[in-house]
Amino acid sequence: MSDLRDLYQEVILDHNKRPRNFRILPQSTHKADGVNPLCGDRISVYLDVEDGVIKDIAFQGAGCAISSASASLMTEALKGKPVAEVEHLFEAFHNVVTTDCECPRGLGKLSVLAGVRDYPSRVKCATLAWHAVRAALERHTEPVATE
Amino acid sequence: MNAMSALPALSTLPPTRSAGLDLVRIRAEFPILRQKIHGKPLVYLDNAASVQKPKAVIDAIGECYSGYYANIHRGVHLLSERSTAAYEGAREKVRAFLNAASVQEIIFTRNTTESINLVASSFGGSVVKAGDEIVITGMEHHSNIVPWQLLCERTGAVLKVAPFTDAGELILEEYERLLDSGRVKLAAFVHLSNALGTINPVKLMIELAHARGVPVLVDGAQAVPHLAVDMQALDCDFYAFSSHKIYGPSGVGVLYGKQALLEAMPPYQGGGDMIRLVTFEKTEYADLPNKFEAGTPSIAEVIGLGAALDWLTAIGLDAVAAHEHELLEYTTTQLQEIPGLNIMGMARDKAALAAFTLQGVHPHDIGTILDREGVAIRAGHHCAQPVMQRYGVPATARASFAVYNTRDEVDALVKSLWKVKELFE
Ligand SMILES: Cc1ncc(COP(=O)(O)O)c(C=O)c1O
Repeated sequence: MSDLRDLYQEVILDHNKRPRNFRILPQSTHKADGVNPLCGDRISVYLDVEDGVIKDIAFQGAGCAISSASASLMTEALKGKPVAEVEHLFEAFHNVVTTDCECPRGLGKLSVLAGVRDYPSRVKCATLAWHAVRAALERHTEPVATE
Repeated sequence: MNAMSALPALSTLPPTRSAGLDLVRIRAEFPILRQKIHGKPLVYLDNAASVQKPKAVIDAIGECYSGYYANIHRGVHLLSERSTAAYEGAREKVRAFLNAASVQEIIFTRNTTESINLVASSFGGSVVKAGDEIVITGMEHHSNIVPWQLLCERTGAVLKVAPFTDAGELILEEYERLLDSGRVKLAAFVHLSNALGTINPVKLMIELAHARGVPVLVDGAQAVPHLAVDMQALDCDFYAFSSHKIYGPSGVGVLYGKQALLEAMPPYQGGGDMIRLVTFEKTEYADLPNKFEAGTPSIAEVIGLGAALDWLTAIGLDAVAAHEHELLEYTTTQLQEIPGLNIMGMARDKAALAAFTLQGVHPHDIGTILDREGVAIRAGHHCAQPVMQRYGVPATARASFAVYNTRDEVDALVKSLWKVKELFE
């Protein structure tokens, strides 16, 4: 079971049980859904972006421990960050969950998901929320100004 | 149980004998089962998705390719004659297995999905018009939903869905009520549900449809490896199944169709092998079954399916069903002892399959943790998303059994589920 503990680290189990920023953002400027076709899991992410900075971020939905914890950790990591940094962070995170690279510093708690690299069928779970954020930001690169 | 008398030294049946089957011998016929997964003995419980293959099937395919393989039907040389004889011999084996009236009623396809699409396209396309109705049930696999939706989109027909109870049993009165509209052109339903394990009362359902002049297609993908079926006794109009779920190779499916219906239907695909005469003005189609088998089929795989049916018939489906029923009862009682575990589908008539959820743990996580214990199950929507929606869950975990599974393997499943709970609590 020790190797399972590498995947299901305490931090992941904790974020799965008590996901952070787990709510709807009524005043969000950006929103998108992420669907994992493998299992039918669906999450929604909400962002409130002001002057190119993610002022607030939240998510909702049901998923496995990996996708829920990853979404929860992601919201913590992205809150307060400039939108321009999302792509960069996602790339670093993606590397961590798919390759044997050294975890780059600056990823912080996100690196607890590194265990996913040994479970190729679970990579999609770990990246689901990130794909949703990316879709949200791409679809409305210009915040909806009149609202 | 009478095996006991032959073994006076043993006070209890060894766990490797069940319903008169010698499971040690049966398991020895499956080379794949000997391996370890993550250092643990493989416990393969994903049989409803696809079942493993006995050596008799693997050898039949090997013998074809190394001994007598050639293209069929057209050759004048010996290898082609031998391949044709083996291929057509497999068709006769399927006919006998299903107790169909004639080999002309046995069409080889790629899988159940293609068999259903063939009927939706050829039969549906010529018979179904705007305003007509197709009746299915709420427990269908996507492959018995989407082809009818596509047909409805093309023709303006309407899909009607008969609901089922919380226990997973079809509500027959609702099914009958849907048939009563007078506009139904076909009823299509699953014999054995892959998501719930429910065995539908297909004989009665066919009678109810026929009483209203409605033809019936039965999706038998999950049924044929577990229950003896008889086309003439059932009297269904179409019956579909896949080789890969009945110990045969992947790449082959079967469509049984009543001869008169098949003869009246237009071809599904055009090409070689399905013609009698081609000129640029007009083509005459071949007789059944070739009319529906355009192009070179999966020759060795069809022959492999024939070997699988021989193998299964030699064991006997009644013995298989008895053994699997014991496994189901044992699994159900064992699983129900796990707090927070909820079995989805408790039909009175049910096959050896347990779909379940575990409170606080997503099925995907269950699947990953069990895999590390060597236990292969399926986690997901099982291509039956409407069933998941019916119960308000995104997914379930599913353990599904085959003839080679043992009580020890049920114990391994249960033990690893306790580990899941330990990890998540
Ligand atoms: C009830 C049922 N119908 C149809 C199918 C589709 O079978 P295939 O993928 O071989 O076409 C399956 C396979 O899972 C099934 O369980």
